[in-house]
Amino acid sequence: MGFPRGKSAFVSGATFGIGEAPGYSDTDLAAHAVLDALEKVNLRPGDIDGLFAAMPSDPFGQITLAQYMGIYPKILEGNRTGGSSFQTHAHIAAHLIASGEIETAVIAYGSNQRSAAGGLVSSPRVSPYQAPYRPMQPISSYALAASRHMHEYGTTKEQLAEVAVAARKWANLNPDAFMQGNLSVDEVVNARIISSPLGKFDCCLVTDGAAAVVMTSADRAKDIVNAPAYLLGAGQAATHWDILSMPDLTATAAAESGKRAFAAASVTPDQIDVVELYDAFTINTILFLEDLGFCPKGEGGRFVEGGAIAPGGQLAVNTNGGGLSCVHPGMYGLFVMYEAIEQIMGTAGKRQQADVNLAVAHGNGGTLSSQATLILGSEATL
Amino acid sequence: MDVLHPDTEYAGFLADGRFMIQRSRSSGTYVFYPRIAAPGTGARDLEWLEASGRGTVHAVTVIPKRDPKDSYNVVLVDLEEGPRMMSRIDDCANEDVRIGMAVTARIVTENGKPLLVFVPEAV
Repeated sequence: MGFPRGKSAFVSGATFGIGEAPGYSDTDLAAHAVLDALEKVNLRPGDIDGLFAAMPSDPFGQITLAQYMGIYPKILEGNRTGGSSFQTHAHIAAHLIASGEIETAVIAYGSNQRSAAGGLVSSPRVSPYQAPYRPMQPISSYALAASRHMHEYGTTKEQLAEVAVAARKWANLNPDAFMQGNLSVDEVVNARIISSPLGKFDCCLVTDGAAAVVMTSADRAKDIVNAPAYLLGAGQAATHWDILSMPDLTATAAAESGKRAFAAASVTPDQIDVVELYDAFTINTILFLEDLGFCPKGEGGRFVEGGAIAPGGQLAVNTNGGGLSCVHPGMYGLFVMYEAIEQIMGTAGKRQQADVNLAVAHGNGGTLSSQATLILGSEATL
Repeated sequence: MDVLHPDTEYAGFLADGRFMIQRSRSSGTYVFYPRIAAPGTGARDLEWLEASGRGTVHAVTVIPKRDPKDSYNVVLVDLEEGPRMMSRIDDCANEDVRIGMAVTARIVTENGKPLLVFVPEAV
């Protein structure tokens, strides 16, 4: 018994309050997204028997959300691995749905961090072996990884900038994206440095926003929507929490999580139509393209050159505009999944890619710490 | 010496002017940050040993401030004994801190507490 390939599927999803949503609590925002996702498929809170959530500031946020919405779930889950939490939720939900223990799962998130506080979600635990050196968290940890990647593989600031520029071009096709307008490689390279080598445009946005997705059994999914997004494979891996304990700064656990997910799905990276990656910083996209097998280790910088991952490029990556230009409300992983679902369902509007049958939705948590990979497929891939 | 309270003992050594790291008696593997057992094996046989203080800069970031004299670097240093730690390079302009640079540990006092930093190795 391995992963139950194609036995569960996403049948709906929604986002709410992307950008600025003043006056709402985290839970208000999440509840809006859940209700929007449920209404699309004529379901109500009472139909949910598996509720999964990792809320930004409430360690017990999943049960707070259940209380708020009047949901009495058989399974209430709140695994917290940072931004990849939601991929891990889907991984667990797939098994619970396949076994018949639950029928309808919702995975939810909501954050008012931009309106309320204006900072990224941070760990309440402060390492006494890092904090006295005043790294800006999480940015400096990613900057350290970027410095090492540049040193070992000759990756350049221009190549990092290509990632931000591609994200902006995708955002310009997405009316929900918070950042719009032109952005050039020069502007990114010459922007104010936050923690070298990363400048302002190498860093994700700080926005509000909520998302929710609805999962059910493959059998039931076909009765609910025409084109469910089947969950073909899932894989997780984690190497550390604090950056000082990362075994290799240029190789993330995505190599393991990806291998597990691709094996479960019985597909290979060259078959993937759209790639949604958690781009908290520009170096993420480069690392994950390498570690998930879209290019060899060390080639990520060269791979993204010349608009290769922008609209009309060789590989469609982060088609919603990503955490860099669409939305980043602290923990972004569920938005990565939402975009992959949209692309498989064919509902992504102007940014919709043609004939999408296979999509990767990869989550990252902490400081390159937790990696969790989902492979989604259309009915044709079953 | 039996390790009972890793964080407080490490800090106590530093306050006495000693940079101590742990080693597992059974495997000989050095461990940082301090803990109650060796990671992976779980062996509860860690002993404190004085570190050589020699290391190499593995990765570096500089955090610029409006007043350049407030700018500072944050590094990861690979200790000669194997473990990696976060630190800062003193006695060196931020822009001159390079990956691969040989550095030596120094204990300074910051905010009233001992702190381990590194300086460029004397040539």
